[in-house]
Amino acid sequence: MCRPYATPLHPPLLYQKPDKPGINALPVKRPNVVKLREQLIPLIIDLAVVLVFLPNATNSRMDIFLQQIVNGLVLGSIYALVALGYTMVYGLLGLINFAHGEVVMVGAMVALSVINFGLANGWPLPLAVLLATASAMLCCMALGWLIERVGYRPLRHAPRLAPLISAIGISIILQQLMMLIWGSTYRPFPALFNSEPHVVLGASITDLQILIIVLAAATMGGLMLLVQRTRFGRAMRATAENPAIATLMGVNTNRVIALTFMLGSALGALAGVMVSANYAIAHFSMGFMLGLKAFTAAVLGGIGNLAGAVVGGLLLGLIEALCSGYISDLTGGMFGSNYRDVFAFLVLILVLIFRPSGLMGEKVAERA
Amino acid sequence: MTRAHLASYTPSTKLILATAAMSLLALAGCGKQENSAPAASAPAEPAAPAIATVKIGMASPLTGPQAHIGIDIRNGVQLAVDDINAAGLTIDGKPVKLELVAEDDEANPTKATTVAQKLVDAKVAGVVGHFNSGSSIPASRVYSDAGIPQISPASTNPSYTEQGYKTTFRVVANDSQQGPVVATYAVNTLKAKTIAVIDDSTAYGQGLAGTFEAKAKELGAKIVAHEHTTDKDTDFAAILTSIKGKKPDAVFFGGIDTQSGPMKKQMTTLGMKATLLGGDGMQTPNFIALAGADAEGVMASIPGLPRDKMPGGPDFVKRFKEKFGAEVELFAPMGYDAVHVLVEAMKRANSSDPAKYLPEVGKTQYNGVIGPIAFDAKGDLVNGPVTIYVVKNGAWEAVETVGGSAPAAAK
Repeated sequence: MCRPYATPLHPPLLYQKPDKPGINALPVKRPNVVKLREQLIPLIIDLAVVLVFLPNATNSRMDIFLQQIVNGLVLGSIYALVALGYTMVYGLLGLINFAHGEVVMVGAMVALSVINFGLANGWPLPLAVLLATASAMLCCMALGWLIERVGYRPLRHAPRLAPLISAIGISIILQQLMMLIWGSTYRPFPALFNSEPHVVLGASITDLQILIIVLAAATMGGLMLLVQRTRFGRAMRATAENPAIATLMGVNTNRVIALTFMLGSALGALAGVMVSANYAIAHFSMGFMLGLKAFTAAVLGGIGNLAGAVVGGLLLGLIEALCSGYISDLTGGMFGSNYRDVFAFLVLILVLIFRPSGLMGEKVAERA
Repeated sequence: MTRAHLASYTPSTKLILATAAMSLLALAGCGKQENSAPAASAPAEPAAPAIATVKIGMASPLTGPQAHIGIDIRNGVQLAVDDINAAGLTIDGKPVKLELVAEDDEANPTKATTVAQKLVDAKVAGVVGHFNSGSSIPASRVYSDAGIPQISPASTNPSYTEQGYKTTFRVVANDSQQGPVVATYAVNTLKAKTIAVIDDSTAYGQGLAGTFEAKAKELGAKIVAHEHTTDKDTDFAAILTSIKGKKPDAVFFGGIDTQSGPMKKQMTTLGMKATLLGGDGMQTPNFIALAGADAEGVMASIPGLPRDKMPGGPDFVKRFKEKFGAEVELFAPMGYDAVHVLVEAMKRANSSDPAKYLPEVGKTQYNGVIGPIAFDAKGDLVNGPVTIYVVKNGAWEAVETVGGSAPAAAK
């Protein structure tokens, strides 16, 4: 195992073919593109079956069904935005950064404070929103750097469990710290945009929700370009494949890892602002469940794979929305919407049984 | 151990012994409250007068999403303790000082029993708490085993007092009084024919939603959906959309403000016109802050009289604000009165020993901030009033009070 966090019991062989997915988000080789399509087509067919089946099975109105799809897409895009942060770090280090959900929360809290300060001092709303988002991203970049420097870097050669525990510890510290700073109440988050919904074919969607969906797609595309087309991306891929050799080739792996954490945290901050604005609420524990669900989405899609994070997020969001919306009617009231998470995680388990590396993840030869 | 440590051991031994002796004395003082003048305490602390301390326990969520309500209760209890100490309390002719022991149950049933045991071990004379029904119920067993009276200022789930424990009391109307009042109002006054119900899967939310649903059905309304969420969710779009498809006249939510705030906002986004109704958990200033302008027209009930109609209400709100710099959220007045109920019972029994004063708690006839307080055989508030509120111009406004005539003896 040539992951940097693995126990250095078996030093990596220099001529060994890399066997881990790494950040191979946008496949370079042709065959992989075909593979990607092969994976997506059954997924799309499945979705289409569901789309046709559900409204008929429940005699539900089409506008209600469309609304559920929109609900699922918005929720899924939120998961996707957060999942991208998980998957990027995992792709690079093989480390699950459980503190990512808390970074999202810190981003939301910082943005909330700046917006409230700005509005209290009579700034125009667009300026307040821009400054708040920028400062949230900057704060979280600093936080991401700090987390990596203090929590993970000293443990990079420790047994794999150590950084995991450290991640959980950081997550708890951040939660409690934020509770002490910002208090334990749910805080109202001001509306950033016109909250009057657009009604398309009977389904309502707000400007912000459209932005969230676009942002999730754009972020994914941007990250893929970054990883595949830039010098920094090449350094990331090199580090992901083998940090020791990457260092020999002149890649400053510490810098690459730190920058990746900062980038991931900045995205997390952005996600935090979007989530809070969408639900008009922010509080210190908001990152926990969101982080868990996003992590699930990343695993569902194939952790370490950027497109997988988005596919997994959207799928999870749609499953949740359709389950809560239709499960009660489909089963004649036997299962209610409280079974939502049961079905969401059932899908995860099924996917993992048949595709242990996730929907779009590549095969990983698991070795001790 | 180094040599230096060993060397320093001898001189400090005296100090340790002295400290140990003093803490033993302090413990002895706490353990036997009635024994107000322990003979041995005089030489140790000549300056301090021999006043026994009676510990009053308080448990509510002081951290987590519901902390604002838990802290509100703690502040109410603190205010009562300070008031009683300032006025000077004598039990059985001896001066007594109250001391508040506040514990955080995190709104978590498991943590609640741990905290309850902690309070029992701290030898509290009585407990005010917990906030959540889901916490009060498991904790009540611990208090019952220890024989310590427990007065919940806020738990409204009926089963709390139906376990046959002699130690459980509450100073709020329970859900079997609250849910039906809202249901009657929805069906008879709002003329709602179809109603959707949502609960937050907690003991409180499910209990409230259950009693509401039963009464609404009895009155002839059709329950078109019963959906569930959790007390941590903020996304209700899916269940609301499903409900929207069934076109109810009203939506009843059994849960608290942190869910109902975003829920109301999402109803607006989805273009739902149904009236949102709820119980005491969402009748808070926080709900209006969270739902913003969308809060207009939302209705919620709360056990007890409107705060400005409580006999001691306006004065309490004023003094609360002066002391804590915060508005009363919900149950601070109930917490305040619960302490007084305990202390009055101690006075009548001439003892702060739970075994001796417990029977007196049940015989309470007390005129508190919230009005007359008396308990029935189960420990429920006799004739607890329920008031329905509506949000108008960004504030809760009382619409109608049901029940709440004073118990005869307390008039």
